[in-house]
Amino acid sequence: MSSIKIELRKEDVDFIKETCSKFNNDPQELINVLHGCQEHFGYLPAEVQEVISEHLNVPVAKVYGVVTFYSFFTMTPKGKHPISICMGTACYVRGGEKVLEEFKKELGIKVGESTKDNKFSLSSLRCVGACGLAPVVLVGDKTYGRVAPDDVKGILKEYE
Amino acid sequence: METVKLTIDNKEIEVPRGTTILKAAKELGIEIPTLCYMDLHDLNIENKPGGCRICVVEVQGRRNLAPTCSTKCEPGMVVKTHTARVLNARRTVMEFILSDHPKDCLICPKSGTCELQDMAHRLGIREIPGQEFAEMSTYRKDTSPSIIRDLDKCIMCRRCETMCNDVQTVGALSAFNRGFQAAVGPAFEQNLEYSSCTYCGQCVAVCPTGALTEVNHVPQVLKALNDPTKTVVVQTAPAVRAALGEEFGMEPGTLVTGKMTAALRALGFDYVFDTDFAADLTIMEEGTELLDRLSRHLKGDKTARIPILTSCCPGWVNFFEYYYSDMKDVPSTAKSPQQMFGAIAKSYFAEKIGINRKDMVVVSIMPCLAKKYECQRDEFSVDGNPDVDFSISTRELATFIKQANIDIRNLHDEEFDSPLGESTGAGVIFGNTGGVIEAACRTAYEIFTGKKLERLEFTELRGMEGVRSATLDFDGTPIKIGIAHGLGNARKLLDDVKNGKSEFTAIEVMACPGGCIGCGGQPLHHGNSDIIKARAAAIYTEDRKKPLRKSHENPFIIKLYEEFLGKPGSEKSHHLLHTHYFDRKDKILVKK
Repeated sequence: MSSIKIELRKEDVDFIKETCSKFNNDPQELINVLHGCQEHFGYLPAEVQEVISEHLNVPVAKVYGVVTFYSFFTMTPKGKHPISICMGTACYVRGGEKVLEEFKKELGIKVGESTKDNKFSLSSLRCVGACGLAPVVLVGDKTYGRVAPDDVKGILKEYE
Repeated sequence: METVKLTIDNKEIEVPRGTTILKAAKELGIEIPTLCYMDLHDLNIENKPGGCRICVVEVQGRRNLAPTCSTKCEPGMVVKTHTARVLNARRTVMEFILSDHPKDCLICPKSGTCELQDMAHRLGIREIPGQEFAEMSTYRKDTSPSIIRDLDKCIMCRRCETMCNDVQTVGALSAFNRGFQAAVGPAFEQNLEYSSCTYCGQCVAVCPTGALTEVNHVPQVLKALNDPTKTVVVQTAPAVRAALGEEFGMEPGTLVTGKMTAALRALGFDYVFDTDFAADLTIMEEGTELLDRLSRHLKGDKTARIPILTSCCPGWVNFFEYYYSDMKDVPSTAKSPQQMFGAIAKSYFAEKIGINRKDMVVVSIMPCLAKKYECQRDEFSVDGNPDVDFSISTRELATFIKQANIDIRNLHDEEFDSPLGESTGAGVIFGNTGGVIEAACRTAYEIFTGKKLERLEFTELRGMEGVRSATLDFDGTPIKIGIAHGLGNARKLLDDVKNGKSEFTAIEVMACPGGCIGCGGQPLHHGNSDIIKARAAAIYTEDRKKPLRKSHENPFIIKLYEEFLGKPGSEKSHHLLHTHYFDRKDKILVKK
């Protein structure tokens, strides 16, 4: 689980409440409420899950169960520059994994984590529809094609 | 009723529409093996996630194998339950389940009573192909005051989740993560202590493997028994005598009161007493409180809260301290029998035999796991010395007796020691759902009306229905009684109280289905609710055998008040026998 703790401000709590009531506080709408909250907060820290649990009347253990079941939901905030490395078939066979390993080494984090200064976060995904450019790396909205492990340092430098 | 006809293993059968293949086969006497599935029929509890796939069969015309626990019978179905394809599939499924399961059966607390072990044996698994490449689950152990969670042994049957959420509505446990990381636990994978867990132990009662077990306190008890400076006193809860025999191969429902007493004496306890004595005492205190509240209420006193709720069950206390903490003034302030016993043993009885309370060790034998937590609560100790030192479950006592090579089956019946071993039938029925309130009514009727109660058995209060109610006639005053067992059922009654809609005078709640006889520390029922019913019947038999069946007629209770406490509800009684409640919700959730 995430060890990150946040203090929810009143407007944060109000936002969660509103999101829940938009879905009639219906426990069946848990996933939709989680989507709404993740879009707003960028992630789903424990504190947010607790407020959702209270308003949808779903045990917080169940909320956590759903959050950890679906890989789309995350309890870790994304970095300022989220890095995604494509692990789709084309990118994989053209060395995507080695590129990923290099990012892990350079940043000192694992997939799903953020750097201590919250500047970068690392994730892997399956195919961005640019197989001709394999292996592909995304940093925020920017796409890098035909990335080799040696290019990693240079890419990171652009964001310093 | 609409029915469907089908064939299972060449035998024809007609069943009501909606019946599963598993149940239809059972009617034909065909026992299809199941693992995750559990059906406690009389208690209306069923777990059928269709997850383990052990119960698969071949259905003619169907491409894949069908899990019988969750596949309904269709007209004209042709089912084969033991073709080569079925047997191979079951074996493969079992091999997969075992591939990431620890192989430490020799030292597992569930060894011998493990359903996974039994199934591996039944299916004749002798090797696990590809074991050397298998990824093993490595989840940390979590030890709470009552329950140990060892999630490496979890097979994701989801029975505990069903009990915790659907039956008990406690909501402490849920499945999380996926694949090899998947397990069941509290939110944010915190320890049970930081969840809404009530320690009712129903998760432990249904866990098929060693993933959920009780904390073992036998070593501490053994140490106390071997300490010559300690006087070790034991008390046994009513439900234990109706179930302990099962651990020694006796029929469910066999009463072993006398043999249990003999075994405890053989183990070396200095005084073998009975929690039933304290149950009688509870009736005196709780009954007095009920009558006091009732008569003030009838006179129009708005501060007298009605209904009164029983407070004997620690799982139930934990539940309302979490979910209904704004209603802390509704339950009776009377301590549970376990704690009343401890308080009296370490004051009145310690004085009588001339020892300091610090030199006395009080051990309780309980069907319950929440009792382990209860006896550790700060308010139940004096200067750090607890009123009850250790609480061990029926199962732990059975292991202890086996370890000590005591042949309980051939022991001669012995009597409890006096004075804290003397009890009435009213104390005995505390073990069954409806029993506490029936015992209370036997005494309350006579005190309230001043008349002798002619019909002792309030059969209208008995049964296995989750929520029951009855109106008793107290000589013209109607007394409306509500009873719930299982915390989900209790919630229904509590919500009415909260919303001011409850019409009851008194409500009895027991956290576990069936009452104490169905508690989490009892011999495992393995999904057979007939066992629970047999224990209930045994409890009522024990009551009928008692010469005295009303708590206020217990001569040793009368003497205790004369010599020591004064009268029920006295200052001394309040000090020793009553308690107060807390808001538990603040302490938990995200560990700050």
